[in-house]
Amino acid sequence: MSILVFVESAEGKIKKTSLEAIAYAKEMGGEVTALALGEIATAELEDLGNYGATKVLHAADSKLNDGIIQAYASVIAHAFEQESAEILVLANSSLGTPVSARVALKIEASLVSNVVDLPDTTDGFKVKRSIYTGKAFALVDMGSGKKIIAIKKNAAEVKEIGGKATVEAFSPALDDKDFATQITSIDKATGDVLLPEAEIVVSGGRGLKGPENWGMVEDLASSLGAATGCSKPVSDMDWRPHHEHVGQTGVKVSPQLYIAIGISGAIQHLAGVNSSKYIVVINKDPEAPFFKAADYGIVGDAFEVVPKLTEAIKNAQ
Amino acid sequence: MKILVCITYVPDTTSKIAFTEGDTKFDKSGVQFIIGPYDDYALARAVELKEAHSGTVTVLNVGEAETEPIIRKALAVGADDAIRVNAEPIDSFFVAKQIASVAKEGSYDMILMGRESIDFNGGMVHGMVGELLGLPSVSPVMTLEIEGNKAKMSREIEGGKEYLEVDMPFVAGCQEPIAEWKIPNMRGIMSARTKPLQVVEPVDSDKATVLDKYELPPSKGEIKMIDAENMEELVKLLKNDAKVL
Repeated sequence: MSILVFVESAEGKIKKTSLEAIAYAKEMGGEVTALALGEIATAELEDLGNYGATKVLHAADSKLNDGIIQAYASVIAHAFEQESAEILVLANSSLGTPVSARVALKIEASLVSNVVDLPDTTDGFKVKRSIYTGKAFALVDMGSGKKIIAIKKNAAEVKEIGGKATVEAFSPALDDKDFATQITSIDKATGDVLLPEAEIVVSGGRGLKGPENWGMVEDLASSLGAATGCSKPVSDMDWRPHHEHVGQTGVKVSPQLYIAIGISGAIQHLAGVNSSKYIVVINKDPEAPFFKAADYGIVGDAFEVVPKLTEAIKNAQ
Repeated sequence: MKILVCITYVPDTTSKIAFTEGDTKFDKSGVQFIIGPYDDYALARAVELKEAHSGTVTVLNVGEAETEPIIRKALAVGADDAIRVNAEPIDSFFVAKQIASVAKEGSYDMILMGRESIDFNGGMVHGMVGELLGLPSVSPVMTLEIEGNKAKMSREIEGGKEYLEVDMPFVAGCQEPIAEWKIPNMRGIMSARTKPLQVVEPVDSDKATVLDKYELPPSKGEIKMIDAENMEELVKLLKNDAKVL
């Protein structure tokens, strides 16, 4: 079985979620070819062999440095056909998801996004996808034709198996029509750890009383190598930037550990965090609904508890 | 300026999710249905653009007769007319085909919708509609301004924002903070009753995926409470029991 994996990079490094996509394809028992777009160092691409890719197709044209949805869709469809691939695997992301929708029509494949587990092929080809913003799952049969599987974070575990991939230049003809959208500039958030990809997330809510009190949230996050997030009211009041808003209509996170400080736990917030592995809730109100969704709870004043926690973490390192 | 806004009919965000018929059907009993929150942002922005640039907003829903209350609500917040494709929205591909078929008839300057529906969270329909119509598609769009024939948008990317420009017509999947949700006023509600709502039959489309069954996540275990004075214990638990540190 030939599987193509579309990999995304950020600042010259292949994203961890894309390494998970390679691991997923490898676990399925396929011959894995990765496809990387834009200028990336060859050594970084060769290293994908360490994660399970046999070959890497590299469309290095600088026109592909920016993630333009149509152009990416065309190049991926082209590679899929050239490789006579049967399945395309990619990570759900702000780019991967809309791109995969267009690829599905180009190559006439069935497509399922937010897939959380390996396919079950004992009877048909069934994948499990997250629905209702993490509140339920659906088992879906993808049929017998070509398939696109867009995986949610943590659908597969990244394993280092050693080895190098062969990197092949890939230069499909690029159609100007696919570049109708022009990216004029990009604002990068300042934090070191990207929220949607973070293994640990520390979030603050209205209980922190004001943006001036975020220092202790950031201290805790930096002691853990975590990303910072916030509740919807906090981003609505502009205490924190919108891209930190975790919840139903914001970023959905699936970290190993989610620490919620001064967040009551409205159902819309829980929808964004319910695929976290462990949840710690710090709130001074013992009746806060968030405690019902938590693994560990601390009833106490955040202004006292958080600095103590940061210190305890530092002491344990 | 002609704007088409596609809306989904989805359970309220506070709904309890349950299934019936051997976990093959969503249990609608006691569930309040709303315009998809992301679609509602798209609709609000469409109405603002119409007011600023003059034009019309047409609302489109793929759904059975039960969805008409939310279509009327969309008309009440400022859409001019509506089309309902009379079919159950079985999957993204099916819905995209219906939207593309309606859009072909209307020569719209832009087709707006939410970045994803909040029931299936696919996030696919805008891209598929773009591909079917041969138009650029952009998602998730956080701001949208029109200057002449050009749309200036910002799109959320992991850990940041991307600014881009595209000529009309285009397709966009929207999210906050593109506009504030609009609440219908009495005058809007009254006028919505007489605004045109056309019902059309679906075009043929193959089903790309077949639902096998639904399932609910395993329930959370007991919460362990930790003394606020004893953060060393929490760190120990996270390290040794949860193994996440």
